[in-house]
Amino acid sequence: MLYIDTKDADSVETGKAIEIKRLVKRFGDIVAVDGLSLDIYRGEVFGLLGPNGAGKTTIINILAGLVKPTKGSASVGGLDVDKQIGKIREIIGVCPQQSAYYKYLTGRENIGMYGELHSMDAELIKSRTQHLVEKIGLTESIDRKTDGYSGGMVRRINLAMALIHDPPFVFLDEPTAAMDPQSRRATWDFIRDFKERDKTVILTTHYIEEAEELADRVGIIDHGKLIALNTPKALIEENGGGNLEDVFIKLTGRRIREEI
Amino acid sequence: MKIKRINALMKKELIRVIREPANLFMVLIFPLILTLSFGVAFGALGSGGDIQYRVGIVDDDASDWSKWFQSNITKTRVLSIVGYEDQNSAYKDLQTGGVSAVLVIPESFSASIEGFLADPGSSSWQRSTLELALDQGSMIVGSVVPQFIQQALTLTIYGEASLSQPSPVVIGKPTLVNSLKLTQFDYLVPGVFSFGAIFISLIVAQVLTEERNTGILARISTTPTTASEIFTSMICANLVTGVVQVLIILGSSILMGFRPQTGLTGIIVAMVATLLLVVVNVGFGLIVASISKTSSSATGIGFIFILPQMFLGSFVPAPESVSRLAPTFYVTETLKNLFLRGAEAGSIAVQFNILILVLYALTVASLGVYIFNRLGKK
Repeated sequence: MLYIDTKDADSVETGKAIEIKRLVKRFGDIVAVDGLSLDIYRGEVFGLLGPNGAGKTTIINILAGLVKPTKGSASVGGLDVDKQIGKIREIIGVCPQQSAYYKYLTGRENIGMYGELHSMDAELIKSRTQHLVEKIGLTESIDRKTDGYSGGMVRRINLAMALIHDPPFVFLDEPTAAMDPQSRRATWDFIRDFKERDKTVILTTHYIEEAEELADRVGIIDHGKLIALNTPKALIEENGGGNLEDVFIKLTGRRIREEI
Repeated sequence: MKIKRINALMKKELIRVIREPANLFMVLIFPLILTLSFGVAFGALGSGGDIQYRVGIVDDDASDWSKWFQSNITKTRVLSIVGYEDQNSAYKDLQTGGVSAVLVIPESFSASIEGFLADPGSSSWQRSTLELALDQGSMIVGSVVPQFIQQALTLTIYGEASLSQPSPVVIGKPTLVNSLKLTQFDYLVPGVFSFGAIFISLIVAQVLTEERNTGILARISTTPTTASEIFTSMICANLVTGVVQVLIILGSSILMGFRPQTGLTGIIVAMVATLLLVVVNVGFGLIVASISKTSSSATGIGFIFILPQMFLGSFVPAPESVSRLAPTFYVTETLKNLFLRGAEAGSIAVQFNILILVLYALTVASLGVYIFNRLGKK
C-alpha cells in the first residue's frame, strides 16, 4: 500500500478533522495564543495567515505535541493532543519552519530515516522516496550529502521528510520561506496534490499570494487571536475588495510583511 | 520501544562518526595515534625500550636480602640504581633531577622477610614499609617506577613462586607483577583504553546540543519516536563505537609489542569494562548537553567531566584514594588485573571493579536522561 487511508484517522461523523477550543498558550508574560477556537475540516487546506510572532508556529507546535497548552484543548483526527499525542504523531507530518535535517546524510538518507521512524518497511520507503524525489524535483542531487544543498533544495527535502509516511494530516510551517520562485511553484503544485488526495493541511504563511492560491479557508491571526476566518474570496468581499493584503491592513492597521 | 526506530537513529549516529572528520578523529583516530605514539616512545619496539630510570637507594638494612632486592631492581632493565649513604644526599639528587626516584630500605627489611618466610601463618613477623619518593614532574615515573619496584620486591620474597600470598613488606598498595619482560608501554596501555572512551562524553554533548539548537530533536519528536528510543539509540551507537575503539587500541597496542596476559575471555571482560565506561560518558554527555546553550559551550563544559577522568583514572599517576572517585580508575584497574597481572576474568578483584562500573553506569546514565528530559530539550 503506497498511501494511508485517511478515513481511519478523522472524525468522519462531524467532518471535523482538527478541533481547537479556547486554546491559550503563555510563555511567561507573553501570550502567544489567546483563546483560539477553530475547526478544520477533512480534506481542507487551511491557511493560517499572520505576521511573525502572531502565534502561528505555536499553534502547530501544540497540535504536534511539542508545546503544552496553558488552557483549552485541541484534537487531531478525534485524538486529544494532551492524552493521545503518541497516536497523533503516527498520523501527522510536520514540516517545521526551521529546516531540521542531518547535513552529513544524503537527501535520500534523510528522507529514509523518517520513514524508518514511522516504522515503514524498506520497500515502501524506497518507493515513497522515489515518488517524493520526483515530485520535488531533486532526482539528480538526492544521493549527495545535503551539506552542499542550496536553501531551496533544503526546504524541499524538509517537505519530503515530513511526507514520507503519506500522513493524512500535514502541518506546513512556512514551507516556502526563503525559496526561489521555481521551488515555490513546485511546492504549491505539491500542496494542491494533497487536496486532491483528501489530505487535511494546515499551512502557515506570511505570503498573501500563497494563502490566496492554495487555501480553501484562511484564518488571520494577530497577537495570538483569530481576527478573521473565511474563504479568501469571502474575506476579500466582506472587507471591501482588493486582496488579502488589503484585508489584513484593514483588520490590523498594518501590512503583513512589514514585521518580517 | 521499536527496534526499527532505534536502528534508524543508531545508523545515522554511526554514519556521523564516519563522515564528520572531527568526530572520526576524536573517537577513533586519536586513540590510534595515542597508542602508536606511546608504543614508539615507551614500548619494546621503539627506542623507549632502552630508557632507564635512575633510582637512588638508601640501604639502611645492608643485608643479603636488601642486596638481593637491589639486584632484582636492576634486572628489570628499566630501572638502574644509585647507592646513597644517607637520605639527605639522595633527596637532594632527586630534587635536582640526578635520579628519578629515591627508595629507602628500612633496617627491619631483612628481619621482616625472614620472620615471614619462617612462619607465614603466624602474626609474629613484623611488617616493614619501603619509603619511595618520586619525581613529581614526570607522570611516566609515577606510573612506571612503583610497579617495577613492586615487581622486584615480589621476586625477592617469593622468587618465581605464587604471587598471591600476602606480603610482609609493602609500598602503599601492593601491585602483583609476574613478568620480567614488561615495558613501560605495557603499563600505559590499560589507561589508554579509558582515555579513549572518555571523549565520547564530548561528542554526545556536542551532537545533542546541536540537534536541539537546529530543531532536529523537536522534529524527531513530531514522529512516534519516544525519548527512551532516542536515548537507547544513542547508547547503542556509542557502544558500537566503543567496541571499534577497543579493537583499534588493542590491535595497535599488540602491533607495538603489547602482550596482554589474558585469553579471549579476559579480552571480552576488558571490553565490557570499557563499554560500561562508554555508558557512563554518554550520561555525562547528556548532563553537559542539558546545561550547554551552544555546541562550543558544550565543548568547554564537557572538560569538567573529561579532565578528572583523564588525570585520576587513566595512565596519569594520582593518589589512589582520589582516583577511586573517577570511573576510569575501575576500568584501568580491571585492565591492569587482566592484561598485566594475568588475573582470571572471574576473580574477585575484576568482578568488584565491574560491579562498581555497572553501578556507575546505571547512576550516571539515569541521571543524564533525567536531567536532559528536565532541562536539555529547552
